[in-house]
Amino acid sequence: MSDAPTPTDGGPGSAMVRRNPPFSPRRVGAMVLRYIYLIRGSWPRIVEMAYWPTVQMILWGFITLFLIGHSSFIAQAFGILLSGVLLWDVLFRGQLGVAMSFLEEMWSRNLGHLFVSPLRPYEMLVSLMVVSLVRTLIGLIPASLLALMFFGFSLYSLGVPLIGFFLNLIVMGWSMGFMVSGLVLRVGLGAESLVWAAIFAVAPLCGIYYPISVLPDWLQCVAFFLPASHVFEGMRAILVDDVFRSDLMINAILLNVAYLGVGMAVFLAFFRSARINGVILQVGE
Amino acid sequence: MSEPAIEVRDLAKHFGPIVAVDDVDFSVPTGSTTALLGGNGAGKTTTISMLLGLLLPTTGSVTVLGEDMLRHRYRVLPRMNFSSPYVDLPRRLTTAENLRVYAQLYGLPDIGRRLRDVSDAFVLGDIMNRQVASLSAGQKTRVALAKALINAPDLLLLDEPTASLDPDTADWVRGYLKDYQTETDATILLASHNMSEVEHMCDDVIMMHAGRIVDRGAPTELIDRYGRTNLEEVFLDIARRRSQDGDWNKAAQ
Repeated sequence: MSDAPTPTDGGPGSAMVRRNPPFSPRRVGAMVLRYIYLIRGSWPRIVEMAYWPTVQMILWGFITLFLIGHSSFIAQAFGILLSGVLLWDVLFRGQLGVAMSFLEEMWSRNLGHLFVSPLRPYEMLVSLMVVSLVRTLIGLIPASLLALMFFGFSLYSLGVPLIGFFLNLIVMGWSMGFMVSGLVLRVGLGAESLVWAAIFAVAPLCGIYYPISVLPDWLQCVAFFLPASHVFEGMRAILVDDVFRSDLMINAILLNVAYLGVGMAVFLAFFRSARINGVILQVGE
Repeated sequence: MSEPAIEVRDLAKHFGPIVAVDDVDFSVPTGSTTALLGGNGAGKTTTISMLLGLLLPTTGSVTVLGEDMLRHRYRVLPRMNFSSPYVDLPRRLTTAENLRVYAQLYGLPDIGRRLRDVSDAFVLGDIMNRQVASLSAGQKTRVALAKALINAPDLLLLDEPTASLDPDTADWVRGYLKDYQTETDATILLASHNMSEVEHMCDDVIMMHAGRIVDRGAPTELIDRYGRTNLEEVFLDIARRRSQDGDWNKAAQ
């Protein structure tokens, strides 16, 4: 291939495209740019990203104010419910950020164009992670600042472990987002409600607002295999006992390595299945 | 003689009991403009999808620009592009944003310059900053073609390239594609229902029916062979199963 092409050569693509590496940050950047254009072009989308976390935070803030006089558990750790709701939103928004961005491609019937370009499916997954991170931060940061303003609670008082909690939750969200996106690609937009519903299937087991120990024994065993349950236990250890539980953090990280691998593998398997069944050109509203 | 741009051998695609493409063989010479013709359900879009690698064949092989599409499609995708009424560009993005994203996906070195080039070529100046959702059908088709040519492909696959265009614009697009093909020696494979378009643009026509190739030749050859005055009458002959000798396989030979 020529190394010094110009677009006005009029020459065919072999002369214009200089490199085609197996992984290209530039292609990932192109996809991120595509989603940034989408978000930037619609202020209601931006408002919506911050709206729900804020509403949830305010609701649980007032519940906390009410319970603080009625519950010794809440009284000993004022921020336990607010931390729970804000961190839960990281998981929820992380999953939604991946799956909604992917759904945008299905709604706009753009997958055919994307997958005849040099974009690899795994590059798309990386771009979805980046966009999910951006969307999650757009939702979390305003809500966490408003929690400080309204209720005097700082999520950032969790300290450095907050970074670990955040990363573990968002990675679990991405993993679930990949699985759901792959499933919707394979079976069609009739299953798109799974994008919103799937994550709530694990919510009762994550121990967002209560310790895992309240679950029946057999459900505690199931909860052990959820990275989020280790994160929320770790969060309570800091807020209630003022102890950082590195064992819980390590458990969450190890589980997430497996989750991310499985999530990507499931998406790629569904993608291959979609190529066998010919649904990539058929998807759309 | 250069190797063909497309070489298809024993290609078949089954969806359960439905045979969408059945034992298809053909090659498309480099630098030619070839049409896939056939009625609805003939297997044209399925064939194009397999050429692009969007659909995996049940059996057979597809070689594009010298590469096996089942094994090495990413080696040739930067040198190909396509346009189809079955896919859209994101409607909430502007024309310029869409073209910029695709220029970057194709790894073009000077995106600003390339955008100006395709904007000039497809007269997109007034609509570059408008959301695709707000464009007319004809404008969308022009944008889709601009995207299809953003990487100046060696191989261009077009499904109904002039659908939704008024006659004047459609004629302009045909002229543009013809010029592009002449200047770059690119290969164009198009599926179309517009027989006049095929007659004027294409060096070669592959007739499909019920997933099989039932005839092939230059437009004038086909017209002569079937004793008709234009390609549309040939198409109707085939679509209504009234081939010259009533034997599809013989006709295909």
